[in-house]
Amino acid sequence: MSASVKLSLQVVAILVACVAVAVMPVAVDLFQLMQFTLFASMAVLALSLGFIWGFGGILCFGQTAFFGLGAYAYAVAAINFGDSTPAILLAIIVPALFALALGYFVFYGRISDVYLGVITLTVTLILFNVFNSMAGDAYKIGTARLGGFNGMPAVPTFNMPFDPSSVLFPEQSWYVTGGALIAIYIGLRLILRSPFGRVAIAVRENETRASLLGYDPRAIKLGVFVLGGAIAGFGGALYVNWGAFVGPTIFSLSLSAEIIIWICIGGLGTLIGPIVGCFIIEYLISQIGSQQSFNSNLVLGAILIVFVLLLPKGLVPTIRLLLEGAGRLATKGRGQAPNAAPDLSAGQPVGAE
Amino acid sequence: MSTIPPLLETRGLTMRFGGVVANDDVNFALEEMELRCLIGPNGAGKSTFFKMLTGQLTPSEGRIRFRTYPIAGNLPHQIARLGIGIKTQIPNVFNGLSVRENIWLAAARAARRDASTIRAKAIVDDVLERIMLPHLAEAIVGQLSHGQRQWVEIGTVLAAEPELILLDEPAAGMTDEETVRTAEIIREINKNRALIVVEHDMEFIKMIAKKVTVFHQGRIMMEDSVDAVLADSRVRDVYLGKKVAA
Ligand SMILES: Nc1ncnc2c1ncn2[C@@H]1O[C@H](COP(=O)(O)OP(=O)(O)OP(=O)(O)O)[C@@H](O)[C@H]1O
Ligand SMILES: [Mg+2]
Repeated sequence: MSASVKLSLQVVAILVACVAVAVMPVAVDLFQLMQFTLFASMAVLALSLGFIWGFGGILCFGQTAFFGLGAYAYAVAAINFGDSTPAILLAIIVPALFALALGYFVFYGRISDVYLGVITLTVTLILFNVFNSMAGDAYKIGTARLGGFNGMPAVPTFNMPFDPSSVLFPEQSWYVTGGALIAIYIGLRLILRSPFGRVAIAVRENETRASLLGYDPRAIKLGVFVLGGAIAGFGGALYVNWGAFVGPTIFSLSLSAEIIIWICIGGLGTLIGPIVGCFIIEYLISQIGSQQSFNSNLVLGAILIVFVLLLPKGLVPTIRLLLEGAGRLATKGRGQAPNAAPDLSAGQPVGAE
Repeated sequence: MSTIPPLLETRGLTMRFGGVVANDDVNFALEEMELRCLIGPNGAGKSTFFKMLTGQLTPSEGRIRFRTYPIAGNLPHQIARLGIGIKTQIPNVFNGLSVRENIWLAAARAARRDASTIRAKAIVDDVLERIMLPHLAEAIVGQLSHGQRQWVEIGTVLAAEPELILLDEPAAGMTDEETVRTAEIIREINKNRALIVVEHDMEFIKMIAKKVTVFHQGRIMMEDSVDAVLADSRVRDVYLGKKVAA
């Protein structure tokens, strides 16, 4: 697909997503709106791993570590300050610093890719155990009790910037969460077009060649990793805003695995893919959960197997290939592609809502 | 006796892989602006020598000096930034990216030295012209022929504007026509840069060479003019079966 077609498809996708975010509160009932708010916060997490894995070539099995740290940092800060504004900032900064320390150790220690997966997984398990065991009055940060396995209930949700008295309504929370998702998508797109993003992709393509040209792969990967940690942390704050609660299960392995499934299904190496995958899977899980007739893990496993066997590239790259094929046919024929292409492409972001 | 210090100098350079001694006490010197050819039978240690010069391998023993910098054991990107560029034996390109993006990545790094982004674009266009691939600028490198990929890699090396260029078998897999063009490019580069070229193809060597260094079993066996080397009986012996016939 030519660069200009790609760009216009991306612009169309963004516009459709903006419209969808805007009209959602009138289109669905409150319960569904809350669900979509949850999915959008998860999609931020999906985007963070989709970026570092798909474009940085870093497969992190413990992206929930940053998500969870962001969530806890938000909760602790929001309880202490009574204002969500600095809490959101801390939810970005704390996981970013943690990613910086962990990434420095991993990338500058020349630890191989396989061990990177093992280490991030282990770190997530450690965090789970640490937060799980910090029950009792001894474990307080300021006025915030960490609550151990019970987690932290009644966390203040988002308020208007620097105005704790006006707490956001669910509709407003949806606008913030959906809007943040779109903003992060656009931000990552811009980064991928910047020199830093282009070099990051080059390092993913061929680390040796990149280093022989004078780029330090360790620094580039660390930058990508920290950015991913910051985004995941922000997703954690959005998640707490949705439920007003955070507990140690946020570090669970099943969530870590789910992110990888979202990306496999939506499409690795794309930014839309992880978002689409996240919405589809989370929607399915919630539907199955309300029916009680199937085990959701079983269904999830079956879906993953079907995708790995039949659509190994994932949804978005497959649709893209189909579009290219259709485009080529149309230019050979009577040139009806201009109608067909936008219709199909509009299907992606609609599916994402 | 020249009073100008060599551009590149190695002292007692040795690389051992377990019991295999791939480079054994190599003492080598290259003048500014020199074009040197490196020949030797398979397994003689030529590529290993290049890998140590570019930081892909840390020497077991010995020193390497580039200008005034001791570089043995430095990391590849540090050495690249000092101004050594390499085309490796096994093509090392960004297969998933376009030809233009490959060249741009090299040019952007070079242009960063004098903080100019306009210059990066000028370098890209110039290099595309020199490697004769402007018509394939938007093609994905992984889909090109082996010879074309070799040129893309040579293009990335040129675009990085290094002081010293190492080419490990640049003509391998090229057609006769492409080989002649490669020799031309090498002579052109040599007008203002130093090069070391590893090649097996003696016809190619004769097209470009001035001074030739012969590697054998990890050591420098001989170092002389092209004609003297090709006439040497020991060189004929180690190249037994290869087309050395001068
Ligand atoms: N990473 C490695 N581990 C073990 N042995 C190695 C390694 N790299 C090279 N060798 C050995 O070192 C010796 C020199 O190899 P090298 O690749 O430098 O030879 P060469 O002169 O480039 O040969 P060719 O002309 O075939 O490219 C060979 O015996 C090779 O098997
Ligand atoms: Mg070799």
